[in-house]
Amino acid sequence: MSERIVLGIESSCDETGVGVVRLYDDGRVELLADEVASSVEQHARFGGVVPEVASRAHLEAMIPTARRALAASGLGLEDVHSVAVTAGPGLAGALLVGLASAKAYAAVLGKPLYGVNHLAGHVAADTVQHGPLPSPCLALLVSGGHTQLLLVEDLATKITEIGSTIDDAAGEAYDKVARVLNLPYPGGPPIDRLAKQGNPEAIAFPRGLTGPRDAKYDFSFSGLKTAVARWVEERERAGEPIPLADVAASFQEAVADVLTAKAVRAATELGVGTLVISGGVAANSRLSGLAGERCAEAGIELRVPRPRLCTDNGAMIAALGAHLVAADVAPSELDIAADPALPVSTVSI
Amino acid sequence: MLVLALDTATPAVTAGVVALADGSVPRTLARRTTVNARAHGELLTPHVREVVAEAGITLAELHAVVVGAGPGPFTGLRVGMVTAATFGHALDRPVYPVGTLDAIAVAVDGAEPLLVATDARRREVYWAAYDAAGNRVTGPHVQRPADLAERLPELAVRRAAGQGAELYADLLGLPVAQPWHPSPDALVAVAAKDLLTGADPAPLTPLYLRRPDAEVPVARKRVTRP
Ligand SMILES: Nc1ncnc2c1ncn2[C@@H]1O[C@H](COP(=O)(O)OP(=O)(O)OP(=O)(O)O)[C@@H](O)[C@H]1O
Ligand SMILES: [Mg+2]
Repeated sequence: MSERIVLGIESSCDETGVGVVRLYDDGRVELLADEVASSVEQHARFGGVVPEVASRAHLEAMIPTARRALAASGLGLEDVHSVAVTAGPGLAGALLVGLASAKAYAAVLGKPLYGVNHLAGHVAADTVQHGPLPSPCLALLVSGGHTQLLLVEDLATKITEIGSTIDDAAGEAYDKVARVLNLPYPGGPPIDRLAKQGNPEAIAFPRGLTGPRDAKYDFSFSGLKTAVARWVEERERAGEPIPLADVAASFQEAVADVLTAKAVRAATELGVGTLVISGGVAANSRLSGLAGERCAEAGIELRVPRPRLCTDNGAMIAALGAHLVAADVAPSELDIAADPALPVSTVSI
Repeated sequence: MLVLALDTATPAVTAGVVALADGSVPRTLARRTTVNARAHGELLTPHVREVVAEAGITLAELHAVVVGAGPGPFTGLRVGMVTAATFGHALDRPVYPVGTLDAIAVAVDGAEPLLVATDARRREVYWAAYDAAGNRVTGPHVQRPADLAERLPELAVRRAAGQGAELYADLLGLPVAQPWHPSPDALVAVAAKDLLTGADPAPLTPLYLRRPDAEVPVARKRVTRP
């Protein structure tokens, strides 16, 4: 029973992703292909993802992306042992495209289907780069739609949310602050770039939910976004120039400070030796830099997958599928429904 | 030849295995139709497995796929399109898109000018008009039933088919014939010539007829008062 091939399909937001991995008997997962078609440019002028535009793009991209992934893997569909697909959370219409396609592949191949959790997929992404996760480990998931601290006891079966944002996600805060600063969408990369030329201590922006009585593992970024907007508007009204790089650096410092402080505190208090940071915002240079410093001080191993694996892709879904196969989790039925609000504790449906 | 026929452009989730031979009408070997506008994604592939089993064949014995390309409500329509495209890829078979309204028209008995209308939601219908010989003379369009009613004299249609025609029968004032939804043999009938000659299929382009709802944001809201 060696070397099982898993095909992974992702369509929860604005990326159509198809990945192929190979699962070895010892549990190692090797990345064979990772093809992504993005509709991000079609959403840019709207300042955020337009669900119907994303769904239409998924339909156009699905088969071509699957063909590219198979070609890149050097394998044929007949080599596939299981099909994994994002069943949620995400945009309902977008999820449905990938899920319907995955069901048809599974039906033709006569192979098991695994409808999986997109957020667990973000954590699984790290395993194709850094190998199996130790148990337990802590995951900080930071993306456009989510900001969560997860206790991962078993990637295939036991993920517990121990904290999450009570308002905006970290990526959402980047995108909103980018609008305030007249930077393009998505806002993460341009703010990250600008921040490198600014002074992170220039402006003391608030650190949400860091008071002694606040929920210690939860996050809040909407106050930070408002504080940035207020600061900028006041300067504009006074006719003063906006020091864009300093605003970007100070905002980014506030985000990275809160995320890493809470993650390291959770790992320490829970006695967990490994922290994984994943999701689109994990590509942020200051977040990974500061996390590196603080984890080293606390004696915690830090794992951050390369940026390509942090944003939405099919390889992470294939990787999670491989872990489900390895753990002998029962496959999904072919009549499963997409669940736009699937909780992270439900790894597969 | 054996053809898999799919349509999800109406509230009906339809899958069928159809036998097609030169010189005879398409014959449905097995068919599943479930009317449930919210379950296209759940039901379509299970329906395919059921009809294939009931027809006593395997998926690999299929020669081609035919799919209704709409017009229809977006989310359901995409399920049929991506499912058909995937079966085509995985089986390495051609996939032929056909107009969903055409497949309803072809199944109506008799030779009189015909209106086909399906429910487009938002108090509108998808519609097309056909002459006595069954050729589409206009459409598909999406319109409010009242506006369509105004065009009826000029279209000179004598009767109507499709669930949209039934829903707005009072406004349209036309006798309504069956069917409401496309059947597998009718879907195959529309593509029969291409199937039998092995013509290159047209691109799998869904007939949305409406633009996505999306607004370019106006200036950002300020958080402080000017
Ligand atoms: N270098 C960066 N620094 C900060 N943020 C970044 C960076 N690169 C990308 N981002 C942010 O990451 C987000 C996109 O990440 P991702 O694709 O994982 O999110 P998503 O798929 O939209 O959300 P979810 O996974 O929660 O459904 C955007 O908000 C973007 O601004
Ligand atoms: Mg994501």
